[in-house]
Amino acid sequence: MQASKNSITNKASLKTKLNIDPNILRLSLIAVTIFVLMSIAKPTIFPTALNISSMAFQLSEIGILSIGMMLTMIIGGIDLSVNATANLAAIIAALSMKNFIPADATPEQIVPFIVLAFIIAMAIGLLCGFLNGVLIAYVKIPAILATLGSMTLFTGISTVITGGTALYGFSDQFLYIGNGTVWNIPVPFIIFITLSVIMTVVLSKTAFGLKVYMMGTNPTAAHYSGINNQKVTVAVHMISGLMASLAGMVILARTNSINPDYGSSYVLQAILISVLGGVSVSGGFGSIPGIVIALISLQFLSTGFNMLLFQHSGSNFFKDFAWGVLLLLVMVINYLSEKRRLKTPNR
Amino acid sequence: MLNWKKVIKSNEFIVAVMIVFLSIVIGLKNPAFFSIGNVFGVLRSSVVMGIFAMGVLIVLISGGVDVSFPAIALVSMYITVKILISVNYQGTVLVPFAMAGLLGLFLGLINAVFISLFKLPTMIVTLGTSSMFYGFMLFFIGSDYIRDIPQGMVDFAKSNLVTAVQPNGSITGLHPAILIFLVVAILTWLFLKYTMIGRGVYALGGDREAAKRAGFNVVLIEFVIYGFVGMLAGIGGITFGCLLRQANPFAIVGGELEVIAAVVLGGAAITGGRGTVIGAVLGVMLITIMNNSLILVGIPSSWQKVVVGFILIIGTALPALQAQRSEKSTNVTLSE
Repeated sequence: MQASKNSITNKASLKTKLNIDPNILRLSLIAVTIFVLMSIAKPTIFPTALNISSMAFQLSEIGILSIGMMLTMIIGGIDLSVNATANLAAIIAALSMKNFIPADATPEQIVPFIVLAFIIAMAIGLLCGFLNGVLIAYVKIPAILATLGSMTLFTGISTVITGGTALYGFSDQFLYIGNGTVWNIPVPFIIFITLSVIMTVVLSKTAFGLKVYMMGTNPTAAHYSGINNQKVTVAVHMISGLMASLAGMVILARTNSINPDYGSSYVLQAILISVLGGVSVSGGFGSIPGIVIALISLQFLSTGFNMLLFQHSGSNFFKDFAWGVLLLLVMVINYLSEKRRLKTPNR
Repeated sequence: MLNWKKVIKSNEFIVAVMIVFLSIVIGLKNPAFFSIGNVFGVLRSSVVMGIFAMGVLIVLISGGVDVSFPAIALVSMYITVKILISVNYQGTVLVPFAMAGLLGLFLGLINAVFISLFKLPTMIVTLGTSSMFYGFMLFFIGSDYIRDIPQGMVDFAKSNLVTAVQPNGSITGLHPAILIFLVVAILTWLFLKYTMIGRGVYALGGDREAAKRAGFNVVLIEFVIYGFVGMLAGIGGITFGCLLRQANPFAIVGGELEVIAAVVLGGAAITGGRGTVIGAVLGVMLITIMNNSLILVGIPSSWQKVVVGFILIIGTALPALQAQRSEKSTNVTLSE
């Protein structure tokens, strides 16, 4: 009960939590091990500032998506529409920039339009999340089905808006958000870390965070202790939609283009990262630090393998294989250690 | 005695009405929908999804979710074709089917080990194995298109069960693969209705612990379920390869959610314990007609996903709202 109590009340500080949560400890060990092994195998290219910076660029967008996915999984649901929401929000924001920014605008004049594009994207994300939340909480469609339907719907709307083609070519000021660095730290990574810190505080220090964990642990008990599960569900999905829209903007700014089908594998990756980060599929558990460490170890792994297998064709396919094996392995280890832990305190 | 009130309220009935309604609307807009050529086409397109749907149905009834069947289908099909080409196989289509079925069975049993012995959640396990199987195949086996598939498969692809002459004089045929779908559906129905293990699948979906205490061998049932689903996936995969006359290593995967949606539309509960073969077949027909025929009524292809998304949301919202209402009414009778 020790670990579960901690994640419910979240009284423990981050440091003691790292010490106690066996999953996070195990993940950190895996991350360090992979980093050391890869540094030994490829000492000239793996442990370099350039590589670390490029890894930080890569993990940010999927990281932002995973935060939203994790929240919906904590309350015992899932959000399959994160990627579709990201694309829809980014496409509408991209259109606003394409149509509103005058051709002869100076750099200073462009900035308000970028802010406007972000506001539009976030509004779309909140709206998509609101729809999901209502379908799940009030119509009572199982989350996996409701978000499956909305995923198809959102992708459909994106396809109709763009005619199925990609939008590309944006101003340098906007592209800086996806490609720039501040003191050598990539801007997308700064956005990801900022969002992570905000959500960690929300989950561990606010009444809302407590409600989220209580609902995930036992919805019936939460209901009888006066928590409005329906409102919590809608709020969680709106946050997930908001995160998705920000991820969409980062993707748009990094790749300088967006199309309705971009990153369809991100949904499964976000689920994988959430589970690796300690989220239980039946709800109630999981924390942002877990997600961040899971992301980092997966990024080490895939970048490392790409370097090791560079001469082999299809090295990115090996990544799929390795991720699957890692997911199953972590779950089996968690199961076995849980079983042992349950046996010992009885004595 | 048939209880008509119950029939009208059932999911199967709602889906059947939706199919009839959709067909009438499409047929009125474009009579070509009812041409024998289009009917054969829709039936042919439904085969692979139908075979997968039977597996998905069993898993859903047992209270699980399997998203690995497309990966299993693809891996079984691709490896089978690759091996048969390397030994220059010239025989009938039966050997490829048997091989793909066995490979699928083996991969399905791997799922069963994680799900049953380690008690891990089905959806996450199959997510993991799906990535593992697919990555394994692409990296270790190959990632090239194979267009020269064994002659037996090509012959099967070209065969017709019955042929009909269309008004414009051309000849159209019904593909015998529809028989595979039919046989699989009947076998699944018999398995679920008349075998002890089949009844156990429903019991498991209702309540795992209760099923165990009632004396069901839960571990055996789970191995049968995931083995059977794997085998069906393998057969569906090789059917797909035959119909397409090539082994495409990037097909099928990603289509899992559509099949699950079809089965759920047909009344299977995602929480387990409920679902029928006839409902799943109807759900598959509805999705296939939508995918194939919206273009016939002049809905541009870019709008198709919007329409499918809407129908999915409405199709899942209606039973959900109905369940809420019936729950309220039972509560009222209880309090009285």
